[in-house]
Amino acid sequence: MEAVAEWGRALYETTGINLTILYDAFDQKRFISGLGMTIYLSVVSLFFSLVIGVIGAWAQGSDFKLVRWLINGFIVIFRNTPPLVQIFFFYFGLSNLLPYIEDADGMRAPLFTNVQWAIISLSLFAGAFNIEIFRSGIEAVPNSTKEAASALGYTRLGTYLYIVLPLAIRVCLPALNNNLVNLLKTTSLAYAIAVPELLYASKQIWTDAQNVPTMMVVLLFTYVALVGVLVWAMNAWERSMAIPGYGAGRAR
Amino acid sequence: MAKPLIGTPAVAPWTPDQPIISIVDVRKAFGAFEVLKGVSLDVRKGEAICIIGPSGSGKSTLIRCINALVDVNSGSILVENQEVNDPRLDKLKLRRKVGMVFQQYNLFPHKTALQNVMMAPINVLKQDKKEVEERARALLAKVRLTGKENSYPGELSGGQQQRVAIARSLAMRPDIMLFDEVTAALDPETVKEVLVTIRELAEEGMTCLLVTHEMKFARDVADHIYFTDKGVIVEHAPPEEFFANPKDERTRTFLGQIL
Repeated sequence: MEAVAEWGRALYETTGINLTILYDAFDQKRFISGLGMTIYLSVVSLFFSLVIGVIGAWAQGSDFKLVRWLINGFIVIFRNTPPLVQIFFFYFGLSNLLPYIEDADGMRAPLFTNVQWAIISLSLFAGAFNIEIFRSGIEAVPNSTKEAASALGYTRLGTYLYIVLPLAIRVCLPALNNNLVNLLKTTSLAYAIAVPELLYASKQIWTDAQNVPTMMVVLLFTYVALVGVLVWAMNAWERSMAIPGYGAGRAR
Repeated sequence: MAKPLIGTPAVAPWTPDQPIISIVDVRKAFGAFEVLKGVSLDVRKGEAICIIGPSGSGKSTLIRCINALVDVNSGSILVENQEVNDPRLDKLKLRRKVGMVFQQYNLFPHKTALQNVMMAPINVLKQDKKEVEERARALLAKVRLTGKENSYPGELSGGQQQRVAIARSLAMRPDIMLFDEVTAALDPETVKEVLVTIRELAEEGMTCLLVTHEMKFARDVADHIYFTDKGVIVEHAPPEEFFANPKDERTRTFLGQIL
């Protein structure tokens, strides 16, 4: 650790490239906690967006017109508006309409914190896309396969959970992959409501240390690495789910 | 005495001397096109019934009515004295008693042969996994697929897939089996292996309804043959009589074309 700090200082002295995150303990802590917040936002929103996608795609096939209408309305609203506007809507708009609570110090506090609003907003945003992505997978499952499940006594829900969804996920993984990469990058918008994620932390660092171009490069490479890890994980998942003689598994 | 299986009130408790399936004046239209124009037939327990006829004559629709994959417009379908054409019908209960095998096998491609056979008893009937696995292995052996338990459908030939589909259906321990042109998508050399399996089932006393184009098979296996054309049953007879002495002109024309 000390060697890294030493190298950071030397780098600054010899080249003028000021990586305070290498040798300044305070900046380092800010950067790592920002990175942690970005990972936290991504993982939690990713999870909820998948839940929304799975449930929404199931509800889209509902026998009730109202349910289908509600799901489609939700998709239109969240797909047709910019994610930043959505975050503002929740944090500045909806938050003010909700009841306030008292925090531990007896102060008036909003029902949800900015981090919670960011998660809600990002989950709904990515979830709307996930519903459509899952739908594309579901529609690729032949009716005859569903009919076979019915003939074996499966209910509609049973057919969805045991047969349609496992097949649909395999079909829609490449598209899902894209959307989840997008979600990870969109977490940077939480900056706008002062969530101390990677971009927010970096901005604080470059404001204090006046090393804007350097931190910009660091920021870019950090996102490249984060998305790289996600894509690697998704590809590993895709490979682990390949079925011999089906879809991508056919080539094997 | 048969237990109430389907959830609708029985006309009277079913006894084995009554038809296990009794179809009376069933009509079904898809839009303006009437596929079934008043079809009636009775099947007794342990019988093998073959339904033959030209394409579009309503054969598949007819057998799909029996497990409620198709809802009919009017008429009565009694399965073990329970009315299938009744909005109160518990379709799932009915389907646990009536197995079905399809032309395109329709196996679940993400599951191995063994898992395909085991899935429904475990997921639907909530049966014990160990007991189901034992039964599934025995069924795969019965359809001569020992050694293929861990193969995925994509790794099996059409005939092998179709035999897995038969085992999958039998794993639910149905009282009745429906076969919807199960050899129509197969290579000629694999047709035989599937037919041998079905013949064994029929000989063991399983009630079987088959829609088929395999005339030789129908002649050998069926207790009774029904000939349908344009939504009506033109004639029915035991196979010897049906093939030796068809009464209706339409039957003669059809048999003349394919034999």
